[in-house]
Amino acid sequence: MDIQALQLKAAQMRLATWQMIYRAKTGHTGSDLSCADIVTALYNDVMQQTPATFTNPNRDRYVQSKGHAVEILYNVLADAGYFPQADLLTYSQFNSPYIGHPTNHINGIEMNTGSLGHGLGLSVGMALAAKLDQRDYRVFTLMGDGEQAEGSVWEAAMAAGNYHLDNLTAIIDHNRLQISGPTESVMNSEPLAEKYAAFGFDVQEIDGNDMNQIVTVLTAENNTNKPRLILADTIKGKGISFAENQASWHHRVPTADEYQQGIDELQTVIGGLSK
Amino acid sequence: MTDTKKIGDVLCTELIEAANHDRNILAVTSDSRGSAALNPFVDAHPDQLVEIGIAEQNSVTVASGLAHSGKRPFVFAPAAFLTMRSIEQVKVDVAYSNSNVKLIGISGGNSYSVLGATHHSLQDLAITRAIPNLEIYMPADEHQAQGLMRYLATSPNPAYVRIGKVALPTLYPNVTQAFTKPGKANILSNYGQDVAIVAMGETLAIANEAAIQLNQLGIHAQVIDLVSLKPLDQATLNQVADQTHLIVTLEEHSLYGGLGSAVAEALAPRGDTKVHIIGFPDEPVIAGTQAEVFNYYGMDATSVTEKIKHWLR
Repeated sequence: MDIQALQLKAAQMRLATWQMIYRAKTGHTGSDLSCADIVTALYNDVMQQTPATFTNPNRDRYVQSKGHAVEILYNVLADAGYFPQADLLTYSQFNSPYIGHPTNHINGIEMNTGSLGHGLGLSVGMALAAKLDQRDYRVFTLMGDGEQAEGSVWEAAMAAGNYHLDNLTAIIDHNRLQISGPTESVMNSEPLAEKYAAFGFDVQEIDGNDMNQIVTVLTAENNTNKPRLILADTIKGKGISFAENQASWHHRVPTADEYQQGIDELQTVIGGLSK
Repeated sequence: MTDTKKIGDVLCTELIEAANHDRNILAVTSDSRGSAALNPFVDAHPDQLVEIGIAEQNSVTVASGLAHSGKRPFVFAPAAFLTMRSIEQVKVDVAYSNSNVKLIGISGGNSYSVLGATHHSLQDLAITRAIPNLEIYMPADEHQAQGLMRYLATSPNPAYVRIGKVALPTLYPNVTQAFTKPGKANILSNYGQDVAIVAMGETLAIANEAAIQLNQLGIHAQVIDLVSLKPLDQATLNQVADQTHLIVTLEEHSLYGGLGSAVAEALAPRGDTKVHIIGFPDEPVIAGTQAEVFNYYGMDATSVTEKIKHWLR
């Protein structure tokens, strides 16, 4: 898919997510909007995986470690055909499988996440299995930057470096905000690039809301014999002017006025990209 | 004299055998290959060992990722760390995600004795029992360990297995009688219906010895081996409760939440059966060898016999 088409898709996914959260009156709005470009790129351009090949042992795999941004994942999966769009009308309703964190009861989702600090270790296991079986699939995981305070992240990072898992790509949605405020003041995890390099990763820094940079780095060959860490600088709440860079929008639900303003902003972007 | 066998050695032998036929079988260790008696496995199948280092949480998570991609990992770690430090990984990555991971808790209960409470697992049954989609086993002898491992090597279900350190006497004549299937208890010995002693794993031999002592005193006991704590054999417990109104449980675990609790919960709705729980009291465990500690808390065969005499009075 060309870059403008991916940008359009990401904007459409933001709109669908905004609508879903408003409808259900729950969701991690700022977190979804932050990583919308990355998740859109993974499923529409980067990964060797389709709904038809989801059970194929050679498929690429994605584990969303920051499980709370599940609304964007649901919309990207529905758009890609993993399940009917209409299923998402049940999001967060009684007895719906579409709950507030990913579960593998849903077609397209590999593992249950939500408790932070699990995705990298799960991905290490999947990547190690590929090495043991001499398969050439790739494993992607997306973490938050606040999540880097979880010690289990670093146990997993150590193992990834130890086993030279060059088939593993970990992405940090580096929006510098978490629920209580700036990540740097809640618990400073910087310098992340240097830390991951010290753990044996090939570290690449990009603008994580720039589709061109996302696609370029995620499709690049890895000949380093190291796992790759993409430090993706992003804007929390990206695409909704009044939600951008606001920690308070971590899991805020828009009011009716905010909702309409957000719709207008996103539709303007979609209109511009559709030309 | 009865034969004795270290259960860890049996698990290793069976794992080697399983790995001979299935290259997806993996041993996942956290610097625990020696204490888990896995060196023969490492020699036989070096490519089927995944070393994670001293990181029990990561060993469970990585094993779940491996299982998700078709591997059949057996995670070996001291029971204390595997079920307490890693319990969230057990709950989320193994049980909730339904990963085919077998968690082998070595040196369980009070096995590490004088090493102290950091190394004791006297809460593991309570916490694992409350997690849905996790089978729980404590093999009682060599034959049961063999049967259990043969089942685990092909079962898709998440499971926790707790074993101890010391060699255990062989209680069953063969594998078939020792282990049939999950949720199927065994009546190990049956002298009569004055009392039933329910046990598993390392305490089963003690229960059996107590039944022999009681028989010499004219008190007729049967000894029930639950085999699996989850699933629990409710039908056999009901049969036992139909026959006797005094049931005594014996476990190397806190009095709270373990085998005794499971039996009491299962039988309480009947309202016709008294259940006495023997285990570790809610206090810091005294230092001593495992045998000394069992004696101190009244968990050796003679103490169990005395307690039952008292309860039958």
